Amino acid sequence: MAWYGRLKTRKDAFLIEIGELSFFTFRFFKDLFKYPFEFKELARQCYILGNRSLVLVCITGFIIGLVLTLQTRPTLMEFGAVSWMPSMVSISIVREIGPIITALVCAGRIGSGIGAELGSMRVTEQIDAMEVSGTNPFKYLVVTRVLAITLMLPLLVIIGDAVALFGSFIVENTKGNVSFTLYFNQVFDAIEFGDLMPATIKTFFFGLAIGLVGCYKGYYCKKGTAGVGAAANSAVVVASLLLFVIDFIAVFITDIFFDL
Amino acid sequence: MIPKTHITQKDIVLQIKDLQKSFGDNHVLNGFNLTLYQGENLVIMGKSGSGKSVMIKCLVGLMEADSGSISVMHKDITKLNQSALDILRADIGFLFQGSALYDSMTVRENLEFPLRRHSKRFNKNTTTDTLVIEALQSVGLESAIDLMPSELSGGMKKRVAIARTLILKPKIILYDEPTSGLDPITAKEIILLMKKLQKQYGTSSLIITHDVDCARVISDRMLLLIDGKDYAVGTFLELSKNEDPKIKAFFKN
Repeated sequence: MAWYGRLKTRKDAFLIEIGELSFFTFRFFKDLFKYPFEFKELARQCYILGNRSLVLVCITGFIIGLVLTLQTRPTLMEFGAVSWMPSMVSISIVREIGPIITALVCAGRIGSGIGAELGSMRVTEQIDAMEVSGTNPFKYLVVTRVLAITLMLPLLVIIGDAVALFGSFIVENTKGNVSFTLYFNQVFDAIEFGDLMPATIKTFFFGLAIGLVGCYKGYYCKKGTAGVGAAANSAVVVASLLLFVIDFIAVFITDIFFDL
Repeated sequence: MIPKTHITQKDIVLQIKDLQKSFGDNHVLNGFNLTLYQGENLVIMGKSGSGKSVMIKCLVGLMEADSGSISVMHKDITKLNQSALDILRADIGFLFQGSALYDSMTVRENLEFPLRRHSKRFNKNTTTDTLVIEALQSVGLESAIDLMPSELSGGMKKRVAIARTLILKPKIILYDEPTSGLDPITAKEIILLMKKLQKQYGTSSLIITHDVDCARVISDRMLLLIDGKDYAVGTFLELSKNEDPKIKAFFKN
């Protein structure tokens, strides 16, 4: 029955982790409204996290736009529905592909970065040094980072969506000789409030999940350099899984309220 | 150091009574006692894993003791709320074993960081720049003010960490292995610097070390932490001449 023992240990560890992450989230919301407000550090984190991911998000978005259009075009041509291309691409990008791909890219880029940074600060006693100097390290390090990524991710998603649509337009313009004005007129005709609003709201939750998981893994990193690596790695894995769970819940709720 | 005959309760700046701390079945601190007097350098020696770092972390509230009392400047830190503890922490400087400089900040920003919460301690006319430069001058590193920690050597990092500890002008400084990881010459420089600063700022120091040379040069008194208890207390000379095998083991080289 050794397997049962191992399973029980893993189940316990999983449940403990969920409990700790929930407590961490509760502490985040509690400290969010506590004085002093670290506006300077928040602005610095917004700049760092947003700016550092911008190029990656743009490149990914552009390629997704190109690939999606190239892959879909032959099928639509077969049914004589190629004129529907801008509408189809825009709805898929704005509703689903844009937010989830951008969030996954940010989970890899930002989540692992935060996990490794805080983990190394924990291991080298920098977090302890902060606490001893009378600064609340949770508020200074965790609250600012989580808030920054929560605010920055929706902006990155909007930029990523725009670049992806531009990538799609390049293919349509090259293969189908569609003008910029015609393409984007069709795009804006196709997108409705019910596509844009829920997709934007869920990106705040994506950002919150990436920030919380990255900070949690780093803040409670085990001693040693191996601990830092493990923190960065599991920050990406857990955040990515959570993104899909949140996405499912968001789509489910959207379906109820907006009748997709 | 104040002669023992004149010591009053008022001269005691730090007192630990019957401190207990366990991790599962491992009883790290088992009724530990300590008294630090005004202006004194007290060196604590003990084997690796004997609980020295645990004790020092309990002292600044980084770790919670299971039982016992810790009185700093006549305030029991185990009974203080967070904001009162933060205020009291300004009176306690802590030099971490690995210096613990903030990697993403310059030397100047590292020194300015503790002033963010404790600027009220100083006169309105005293600027942050004045305090930073004064602290760096006292460790002889004013030229490193705009460097990043990654550009500093091990000895320089220790000096900057000492300057960061001194910037709030604390009444007590806790040194956790101040010479670990340094070559003998740099280690000696750091020891002499600690001694010079102790006289200049009039602080009381609690120094955790494995370095017998460091203990000999800097200690007014020594405490040996064995089996989680304050096994022996005395001057370096007294303890180095003691015939108890457990005490002798520390001095045999």
